[in-house]
Amino acid sequence: MKTVTLTMKNKPELILECNNVTPDAFAGKSLADIGRLEVYEGKFRAPLADYFEIAGEAGETAADTRIVMKGDCKRVKRIGQKMTAGEIEIEGDADMYIGGWMEGGRIHVKGNVDAFCGMAMKGGELLVDGDAGNYLGAAYRGDWRGMQGGLIRVKGNTGNDTATFINGGTIIVEGNAFIHVSTHGEGGTVVIKGDVEGRVGGQMVKGDVYVFGNIQYMLPGFKYMEDVEKEIDGTKATFAHYIGDLGERHPTSRGQTVYANLYVKA
Amino acid sequence: MAKVITGVGCPYCGASCDDIEVTVSDDGTKVLEVKNACAIGNQVFHHASTPGRITSPRLRQPDGTYKEISYEEAIDRAARILVNAKKPLIYGFGSTNCEGMSAAGRVAEKAGAVLDNCASICHGSSFLAIFDNGYPSCTLGEVKNRADVIVYWASNPAHAHPRHMSRYSIFPRGFFTGKGHMGRKIICIDPRVTDTARVADIHLQVQQGHDYELFNAFRTVLHGGDIPDMVAGIPKEKILEAAGIMKKARFGTVFYGMGLCHSDGRNHNVDIAISMTRDLNEFTKWTIMAMRGHYNIAGPGVVWSWQFGFPYCIDMTKRDLVHMNPGETSSVDLAMRDEVDAFVNIGTDAGAHFPIPAVQHLKKHPWITIDPNICMASEISDLHIPVAVVGVETGGVVYRMDNVPIQFKKVVEPAGGILTDEELFDKIYERMCELDQEA
Repeated sequence: MKTVTLTMKNKPELILECNNVTPDAFAGKSLADIGRLEVYEGKFRAPLADYFEIAGEAGETAADTRIVMKGDCKRVKRIGQKMTAGEIEIEGDADMYIGGWMEGGRIHVKGNVDAFCGMAMKGGELLVDGDAGNYLGAAYRGDWRGMQGGLIRVKGNTGNDTATFINGGTIIVEGNAFIHVSTHGEGGTVVIKGDVEGRVGGQMVKGDVYVFGNIQYMLPGFKYMEDVEKEIDGTKATFAHYIGDLGERHPTSRGQTVYANLYVKA
Repeated sequence: MAKVITGVGCPYCGASCDDIEVTVSDDGTKVLEVKNACAIGNQVFHHASTPGRITSPRLRQPDGTYKEISYEEAIDRAARILVNAKKPLIYGFGSTNCEGMSAAGRVAEKAGAVLDNCASICHGSSFLAIFDNGYPSCTLGEVKNRADVIVYWASNPAHAHPRHMSRYSIFPRGFFTGKGHMGRKIICIDPRVTDTARVADIHLQVQQGHDYELFNAFRTVLHGGDIPDMVAGIPKEKILEAAGIMKKARFGTVFYGMGLCHSDGRNHNVDIAISMTRDLNEFTKWTIMAMRGHYNIAGPGVVWSWQFGFPYCIDMTKRDLVHMNPGETSSVDLAMRDEVDAFVNIGTDAGAHFPIPAVQHLKKHPWITIDPNICMASEISDLHIPVAVVGVETGGVVYRMDNVPIQFKKVVEPAGGILTDEELFDKIYERMCELDQEA
């Protein structure tokens, strides 16, 4: 695997939108060609090389290309958007839409990210060492297809609307989440290892949510069934199993009504 | 001889009353008397005739004072600011007509700006819920003629929409509602004992910020499930009683307000209200309606959806690729994150409504206020351009809260020959085209 290193040299005055920073866009290009890829600062279009020092070499294919982002990328949006293969490593913080609509490959952010990361993700892996903002792995506005596949792991906390409209894939939050987890969910798995304030599984049709910590306000539409033993992400524990949202529509399969499952660690 | 103009539209709240009678002076320049309007609407008409109106544009001087300048110079400066900015933000439109909104849309597209309206800090979360979950709504005429159960959820029309209850919901006698308020059941759901709660048959004093749980409980009951003994501070039997009344209605309407849009969860509070309305339609006819704030704040949603495909938070910086994602392209978020470098405040008061850090970020860049009045925004801006008061000094199309278009009338001539919003934006557009050609 060959590596291209982008080091921030001229920070944007406003904010930089870099939907061209993906292994797919870099693959098979010379450094000069990569430097000519367009980025947006507001309505002004500029070549990537105006903002970044570009070094290294790109692979022949996306799968063979690794991108390392150095310097202050806190105000850089859309890194790795729609990527299908390869790797991206961001050494500090990054802004919104990191790994949005991604289909494959791997993104590792060593700092924090802002909102809408992993939006409508279909595959691949997004790892965030710090915190993530709101709408992690959620759907775009008005879309009923949220996260559909892949894995998101956040080592810190997330805001609200984690996994809204999720219908596949896995999200693991090792810290706490605020409100609205898997709202409108129709599949997929969400694991919150810390606490959640409330509204877990509201309007949820199908899918699984695991909460290791405390849910401060439980929704009235979830009904306790029984205690179950489960092994989740390497941890074996007893969970209280609830089904719900009893206020939402539910499909039937082989004559049985299918509910969403909420497991809260006992 | 004073002249009486009837069938005048009121430029105050989202109820957009169109039965106002205004008496104007002989020469058609002064409002003498206003009938049928509420106390606030009455004041809007009289305000236009108040002495001391600003009639020419004002430019901030290095010493901090304002200097009067010509419209021509103001238009040139506004056009240059919009052309030169990397990401200008044009925000407001709480108090203008659809013609002005459409003209501003053309300017925003030319400028590669972000175009946003007051819904962004108001019922914008309703749009998000509607995108996600639909909008089983109706017109206010249908409410008046058919509704026998009214739910005011997190809204207080007694103060915010003073004639809403008498014109549309509680008191009027309609075609199938001949008994007026005697034939209607009113349910109010609000953490406070408001004046609306005082006229309601049932008041559920929900715990502040827990409406989502209460909606969830209503939905669970409607689906035949059991709920805990107490949800969001409301006893189970109260919820069952209210749900029973709602199920037995012939026609019901949920009017909801800022309590849902401005508490945690925002769009999801509205989202689940829409889901509950859908559930109720399994039993009888139910509809839901947002209590839109201003007389034409439904207008930009309608006009810009037609022009650009999105109702608000419209990022046109990519020119032919319009993008909308509130949370990113919404005015307060853009300002808080310091993402814009020019600001046009039109027909609203961002100086008073935005968080202080947002205003501080916006103040670092050129700030233009377009407003008939002196307001907090006009007093901190670099350029203030006065315009005619819509609904008083100029007419135009407005959309009522139920998205019904109404033609508003002009009752007096604009003070001191000032321009309308539409004329001003058209002139800014023309000047931007000229600057483009010069470049």
